[in-house]
Order: sequence, then structure tokens, then C-alpha cells
Amino acid sequence: MSNMAQAIRMALHYGETHLGLKDVFGQDVGAPLGGVFTATQGLKTAWNTPLDERGIIGMAMGIAMTGDRCVAEIQFCDYIFNTIDLLKIAGNTLWCTNGQYNLPMVVMTPVGAGIRGSVYHSHSFDAWASRLSGWKVVMPSTPLDSYGLMLSAIEDPNPVLFMKPKALMRVRGEELIPGEPSEEKQLKAMIDAPIGDRSQWKPKWPKLEPHMIPIGQGKITRSGEQITVVSYGRMLLICNEVADELARENISVEVIDLRSIYPYDWQMIKESILKTGRILFVNEDTEVTNFGEHLAYRTTQEMFYHLLARPRVLAGKNLPGIGLHPYLEDNSVPQKSEIAAAVREIISEVP
Amino acid sequence: MKTSSKSGLKIAPKSRLQLNKKKSLKTPKSGSAKDAFSGLSKELLVQMHDLMVKSRVLEERLIKIYRAGESYFWIGGPGEEAWGVPIGLLAKVGQGLDHDFFHLHYRCTPTLIALGMPMVDSIRLMMNRATDPSTGGRNFSNHYCFPKWNLASVTSPIEVQYSIACGTAHAQKRAGKKTISIVTGGDAGTAEGDFASCLIWASRKGNELPLLITVQNNKWGISTCFDGQHGETEIADRARAFNIKSRVINGNDPVESYLALKEDMEYIRKTGKPAFIEAQVSRLYGHSSASGANAVSNEIDCVKEFEKKLINHGYISKDKAQAVWDKYEEEGLRAVEIARSEPLPTAESVWDHIYAHNENADWRKF
Repeated sequence: MSNMAQAIRMALHYGETHLGLKDVFGQDVGAPLGGVFTATQGLKTAWNTPLDERGIIGMAMGIAMTGDRCVAEIQFCDYIFNTIDLLKIAGNTLWCTNGQYNLPMVVMTPVGAGIRGSVYHSHSFDAWASRLSGWKVVMPSTPLDSYGLMLSAIEDPNPVLFMKPKALMRVRGEELIPGEPSEEKQLKAMIDAPIGDRSQWKPKWPKLEPHMIPIGQGKITRSGEQITVVSYGRMLLICNEVADELARENISVEVIDLRSIYPYDWQMIKESILKTGRILFVNEDTEVTNFGEHLAYRTTQEMFYHLLARPRVLAGKNLPGIGLHPYLEDNSVPQKSEIAAAVREIISEVP
Repeated sequence: MKTSSKSGLKIAPKSRLQLNKKKSLKTPKSGSAKDAFSGLSKELLVQMHDLMVKSRVLEERLIKIYRAGESYFWIGGPGEEAWGVPIGLLAKVGQGLDHDFFHLHYRCTPTLIALGMPMVDSIRLMMNRATDPSTGGRNFSNHYCFPKWNLASVTSPIEVQYSIACGTAHAQKRAGKKTISIVTGGDAGTAEGDFASCLIWASRKGNELPLLITVQNNKWGISTCFDGQHGETEIADRARAFNIKSRVINGNDPVESYLALKEDMEYIRKTGKPAFIEAQVSRLYGHSSASGANAVSNEIDCVKEFEKKLINHGYISKDKAQAVWDKYEEEGLRAVEIARSEPLPTAESVWDHIYAHNENADWRKF
């Protein structure tokens, strides 16, 4: 089974061989490193850029303007903030030109905490991204979803922000990517660059097949009856663990992996609320004007009379940054115990 | 006068600062007209005059529309005609990678006129009509967009076009059709990081981009003068630091502009490398309607000066010159009448074109 870095790499390879992807670029994206998380190793279209985030986004916009497909990387989302007006323009160009210039570009960037990344390698960006009108915004939680969402992102005629939960880049999935060998070691030997001199190395790509995951489509990862937990990215896997542990206490938790932050799968959330009557939104971005708040607001407006308890949002604390020491980080973003406690609290609430 | 080794045409000596202070272009009574216009043909000169007048009349019409309360805001390019018109005439115009790309700023009407934009299309934009081909009534004056000419949308944030232009130039270089990207912007905007990004990305060794990087130096950043914003002697010095072929020209002289642009465009097409031009220009109606849009009298009026020179050399008569102004005044008035009669954007159209193919982007409908 591939990990998420390998899955993204294979998706990009499929993109450059089947979907017209012509450029994959960013800081340290090309040889010899192939990305700080190795997600771009061995790609024929990968190249290194100056250390200039605004230049990277501008380059992507210009390439997209010609109709060529590209995937640009901002090495960590913590460094994307100085590009915010270019991201805004990328999102509003089609609208401002009354439908004349669409920008088929993908920007991928690692997000979130979980690797003891200190103040500037732990940021989240999902709430900020949800305000970039004109963009589609996705965040996978498994290698297979990474593969499928990346293929859809490359094909999409709009700008797509592909957020990579950095703590999951080495986590292996439970489902094979169509075409990947079942043996982990075999895949590694084929597509992972060797340690040391890589100048003569070339990957041997498996014969990959298409697997498109429509942007905007969520997935139920745990079926349950008493409460719905909606999450994505790194937090999703923790929510799954919580659901599994609580199941042993006969607490039935339904978990939805939203996968797409915008557009999002409201119908899936709505149907689940109709079943459970209780809902918790979990993500690790900071809690004030959090994307989960939008979903909770919509829940109260449209589902109020179907609710058995107040909808809740469990998110990162509204702090200037995430401190390096584990005591600091763990007290800044939601932990498994807090998710479990929130679930218990909500299901104990009686209308 | 020095002679360009490429074209054999005579071009003016490198201009220095202060060229946009009021000082007439040389209009010698003696000497041949051919020398006075560095060998450019009479037909081309008369055509440039025609387009420069058309652009000026259009801009002044836009200001009148604003003053009449038929628009909310004006910003534009009176004073950049001698620079902007040659760009439109010299570029390889069309859609797609077989043609040049334009990344222009909001003083680019002269280039648009030279590309063939009818006056009415600018007026539709100014009056926010649904028929406005650039934005459908969504944006300010001079915020043009014409994909049929590879003309990227003009943005209000200054200087972002400099980093975006690197992307089109990159794709053009890959396509190998010897087409170029052209980027324009003001001198004050060079303080933004995107200008530095452009110089860096365009000049990387072995990865040079076919990019004509230009700055129109009108000595103003809204209300702040040049010295309040710049420490460098010439903005072109910054490009020289990146080994980019660079020059400063008198952008109030259409002949000098034409020859410099022609030579540099040919250089870029031939070498695949960038070139840089700092054009000294005037700003004849201030920054925008926010500062009054009043005519200034202490800067060179390139249209009037060029016209005087053409008359002095017998390339056009006073009557014919006046007829050009009259023709476009008439066209401008007609265009306003046309635009007035056309529909406005509908309120519900705000949801159109957020995503390609009008895919729904309203969360209420997810």
C-alpha cells in the first residue's frame, strides 16, 4: 500500500502522462529532492523555482491563462499568506472577465500540525481557503483519496487548492491505487528515489489507471446512529479512531470525511443529521470564523427542528501560533480525548 | 543620433530623467522629414497620429462621462499614447500560444486602440453595461480583457501582472513559436515585490523568459512624487542588475518608442531572453477621478507635440489633423448614445461565472 506522498506522486505522474499536465513546480520540487515530502520525486515535468511564493502563484496563473495545466507547490501553507491577493485574483479572474478567462491550475500545500513543526510549519489554511471565492478546495485523508482528488483537480477547469495534511504524508492507506503493486517494498523500489546519488536514477512507474473522486463529494467512513462527526484531513483519522473506541462502549458514531471544503457535500451532512440528530464538526484551524462555524450555522438554519442537541465545532484554539513543545501543540489543536469528550457530551444532551 | 545595428534606423540617444517635464520634442524647420522621424514611413506616422488622437479623444470622453454622472469612477492613460500605440502596432496579435500575450495596467487604452478596440467597447466598460466585452459591467474603466488578443484582464492591484506574465512567457517558450509576453506598469508599482519577482524569474540562467518588461515612469504614485518613492537613479538600473538588456526612452516620442519596442521585440524573439524598457511618460489628467481628473499643464502632451511635428514637416495639414479629432469626437458621442441604450447587468447575474461552465458556486444550492 502506498503512503500519501507516493499516492500524490503517482497521481502527478498519471497527470503528466494522461491529463496534459505540463508543469509541476515549487521550491525543491524538482530533482534532486523531489519535494520536502518526496511527493514529486521522479516526475519528468517537475522543476525547482526561486524561493518566491508570489512568483510561484503568478507563474501558475500565467501558465493556466495559456490553457496549459500545471500543479504548483507552496512548500508549507505557513508561507502562502504573502500570496493571498494573487490567490484572490486567481479565484476572481473568471468572474471579473465575465466568464472569459478560466484558470485551470492546482496549488498544493502541506497543512496542519502533528509533526512538531513549531510556529511556521503547523498552520492550517482551510478557513482562509474557504473565503477564496472561485477556488475549489480539497483536503484528502487517505492515499487513495489523494490520488483521486488530485486527478480531479488537474482535470478541473477552475483553480483548485489541494491541501496535504503533512502528518499523513507517510501514513499508508487500506486501499490500493488502481495499478499500484500490492507489495509495499515493490512500490518503494519502483518509485522512491535512492538515498545518496540520484543523478542516474529513474523511476519505474506502475501502469496506473484513472480513479477520479468528484470534487464536492464526501464519504462516510464510519456508519453510526447517535451522532454525526464531520471532519477532513488529519483530524478525520482521529475521528475514525474515536468512533471505533466508542463503538466498544455501544456509542454509535457516524463519521463523514468531507474531502472537499468548497464545494462541500451538504446533502451527505443533511441526510446524516436526519438520522442522528446530533452533529460535531472537527478541524484543526483556529476556532474564530472557522469553516466548521459556517457548517454549524447552516445546520442551525436548515436543520434546527431535526436536532436533538446543539451543534458543536471543535477546532484549534484562537492562538497566534502553535508552540513547538508537545505540551503547547497538544493544547492548541484538538486531541483524541477532546473529540471523544465532545461526542459524549453531545450525545448526553437531552432536548 | 546613433544608429541601431539591427535595423539600420536612426534612434534617439538614451534619454535620462525629467523627460516628461514640459519641453517640446525637437521640431526642426530644416532637415529632411525622413531624418526627423528616423526613417519611419509617412503612412505609419500618420496611422500612429490617428490612433493617438483616437485614444486621447476616447479618454477625454470617458472623463466627460464621469463628470456627467454616468459612471462611478475613471482611471486611464492620457499621456501614454506615444508609448502605448506602438506596442499595439508591433505585437503579434491573436489568441493562443502562436501569438504574443499582453499583461497591461490601467493606463493602456492607447494599446487597446492600436489593437483595434472600437471606442464603444471602452465606453460600455466605463458605463458598466452588460454589453461591456471586458467585464460585463463588473469593473472599472480601463480594466480591459480581450482573450481574442491574448490580453489578460487588467487588475486594480498594481504589479501582479508582472509575476503572471512570467507564466505566459514560460508557456510560450515551451511552445517554441517565438512569441513573447509584454508587461506594462507604472513606476510607483515597482516598489511591489512582484516587480522583483519578474526580474528574477525572467533572467535565471538557462531559463530566461521571452518577456518584454516595461515601466511607464510618469514620476507619480497617486499623489506621491518620484523622489518620495525611489532611491535608484533609473528604474532600468534594477533590470541591469539581472543582466537584462535595458534602456530608458522618451515615451512621449512615438518614433523613439516605436523603434525601441521594435528592436527589443525582435531581440526577445531571436534570443528567447527578456528585455527591459523604462519609458518616461506624462500623466495628463492626474491619477484618476479620485484626484479630480483635471488636465495638467506642466507636462508634455505627446499627441499635440507629435501632431505639431507632423504638420511642420508637411506630413499632415492642420485641416486634416483637425478632421481626425473631429472624426473621433463624433464617434465618441455616437458610442455614448449606443451604450446608453444598452442593458445593464442584472442583479442575479452576480452568481454567473464563479466557476467555469457556470457550475454552481452558491453554497445554498450544494
